Amino acid sequence: MIELTIYGIVLGSIIALGSMGLTLIWGITDLFNCAHGDQMTVGAYSAFIFTSLFAHLNILQTKVGPFSFNWGIVVAFIPAILISIMLAVAIDRWVYQPLRRAGVHSITGFIASIGVAWALRGVVYIIWGADFHFYNQGLRPTIVFQSGIKFRVDEIFIVIVSWLSVLFVYLFLNRTRTGKALRALADNQSLALVSGINVERMLIWAWSVAGLLIAVAGILYGIETQLRPEMGWIFLLPLFAAVILGGQGSITGALIGGLVMGIAQQVSTAWLAPSYKPAVAFIIMILVLIFRPQGILGRRSR
Amino acid sequence: MGILNFLISFAVMATIYSIFAIGLNVQWGYTGLLNFGIAGFFAVGAYTSALFTLKMPTGAIAGYIKQAFGLNMPFLIGVLAGGIVSAIIGLIVGALTLRLKEGYLAIATIGIAETIRLFFNNEAWLANGPQGLVGLPQPLHNIVPPSFYNYIYLLIVAVFLVIIYIAAEKGIRSPWGRVLRAIREDEVMAAADGKNVVAFKMQSLVFGAFIMGIGGALYAHFSAAIQPGVFEPLFGTFIIWTMLTLGGTGNNKGAIIGAWIVWAVWSWSTLLINKVVPPSFATRAPFIRYVLIGLLLVVIIVRYPKGILGEEKQVSKF
Repeated sequence: MIELTIYGIVLGSIIALGSMGLTLIWGITDLFNCAHGDQMTVGAYSAFIFTSLFAHLNILQTKVGPFSFNWGIVVAFIPAILISIMLAVAIDRWVYQPLRRAGVHSITGFIASIGVAWALRGVVYIIWGADFHFYNQGLRPTIVFQSGIKFRVDEIFIVIVSWLSVLFVYLFLNRTRTGKALRALADNQSLALVSGINVERMLIWAWSVAGLLIAVAGILYGIETQLRPEMGWIFLLPLFAAVILGGQGSITGALIGGLVMGIAQQVSTAWLAPSYKPAVAFIIMILVLIFRPQGILGRRSR
Repeated sequence: MGILNFLISFAVMATIYSIFAIGLNVQWGYTGLLNFGIAGFFAVGAYTSALFTLKMPTGAIAGYIKQAFGLNMPFLIGVLAGGIVSAIIGLIVGALTLRLKEGYLAIATIGIAETIRLFFNNEAWLANGPQGLVGLPQPLHNIVPPSFYNYIYLLIVAVFLVIIYIAAEKGIRSPWGRVLRAIREDEVMAAADGKNVVAFKMQSLVFGAFIMGIGGALYAHFSAAIQPGVFEPLFGTFIIWTMLTLGGTGNNKGAIIGAWIVWAVWSWSTLLINKVVPPSFATRAPFIRYVLIGLLLVVIIVRYPKGILGEEKQVSKF
């Protein structure tokens, strides 16, 4: 059980990364971005371009400390994050901005985001095929405690990197002017507008934050398991469940929601077939929607 | 001969998809209910009809094929049962989610469809798990040679499409349909006029789910074999959204036109792509369709939100 909880924290950290960007966008534009999971896949595969390149050039191939991966993947974070941010901003510019300009209902954007998700996944399938890919081949070292609890060394890295990213974004949102404006927009749009905040410019920031976080989430999940074209889609329900649990636009709520979803999904495998994990996230979400639709930290519905 | 056979089975699938698109049009086009879980109703209709019409496996076969029951009923009963059970699922989904904001309904339906698929996949006792069920009976299969059977089936699905089309049109042109559209346009206003908004939404959701269940059953008996892999969200849900959006949301004729065009793009692009691309690329080529359908959906929504036909002006007939 403790072991499952540890796995849950690992998974939950990855979900939390994805859900922070999702709730920010949802808070500002009322858009549920269905492509969020597939953008995560693109982030993970972008890093794979560079790790393959490094392997080809035979540079950065030394292992990082006790971990299973080499320095190539650590370096690959940077270009992958940049690609992910550019992609996120470009999608907003070409798909969601025209819809906002036309003043159509946010639901239309929701449907469009499904088209985006589908197209992105198609591109990943076309370039890399349906086979699994790994950043690094070979054994993954594990730590076994005397009590029998074991986990992989890589998982320490995953948790540390995800919470460093969370801290980075948290400081950005709380300490900088831009970050405060973003939170204001996500929290109470009309009040923020009255204070003269430029929504379109702020949205570029919001998508950048989301792009950064999902690239990190995608790569970390790739390190934890493997790369496959459906890897992001299976996160969609846990991500939505996490942000709904946290409440629309609430960053702290999304973090807590992400952790809860990760732990709940992993611990459920003690009783249920592991393939039921998305269903567990879904049932928690339904319960939240019925009993506390504004989420644990959400604003009151207006 | 080969081409003709291909065309006929293409027409059968396009007709079945037209039925799904009309079901979605009742829910989304007329009432504004976001059902992103069509695949769930699709699966329930297909499996229900399979279990109703198949025999319970006996003897040695029972060791390989597990199913909760097998009633060996006629085709029509199976299809009807598929619709009814799907409608009951719609009732349960509605009871849980209809009071929520519309975006939540969409996410909830994605979740329900996934849960249904996982349930059929994991619970082998119910309908043989991932292997699924095979040998579904095909109605009137002994009046023509097997190679001509699809002509008969095309006739059968066409009859269903006509009945469903007329029912949906009659519904939307009735006072009941007017209330649905009023709810879609302005829920608060409709409530202020004394309409029970949740009850009307529920009726629309259940009616649409019934249509989708019938579509699922018709699909099951056409392919004669079903397994949970068929009911993936892409193939079972989002392609239907693209169909309705392309043809014209709020228009049953548009739903049918959209279904035929998108299914043509989907099935003919495979043929074309396989001719053009080198064999080494053949395993990845089918995914070009994902990009095609995805971009199609985005482009229609951003550039041509009305679709081909747009919504018809509705004039009630008394």
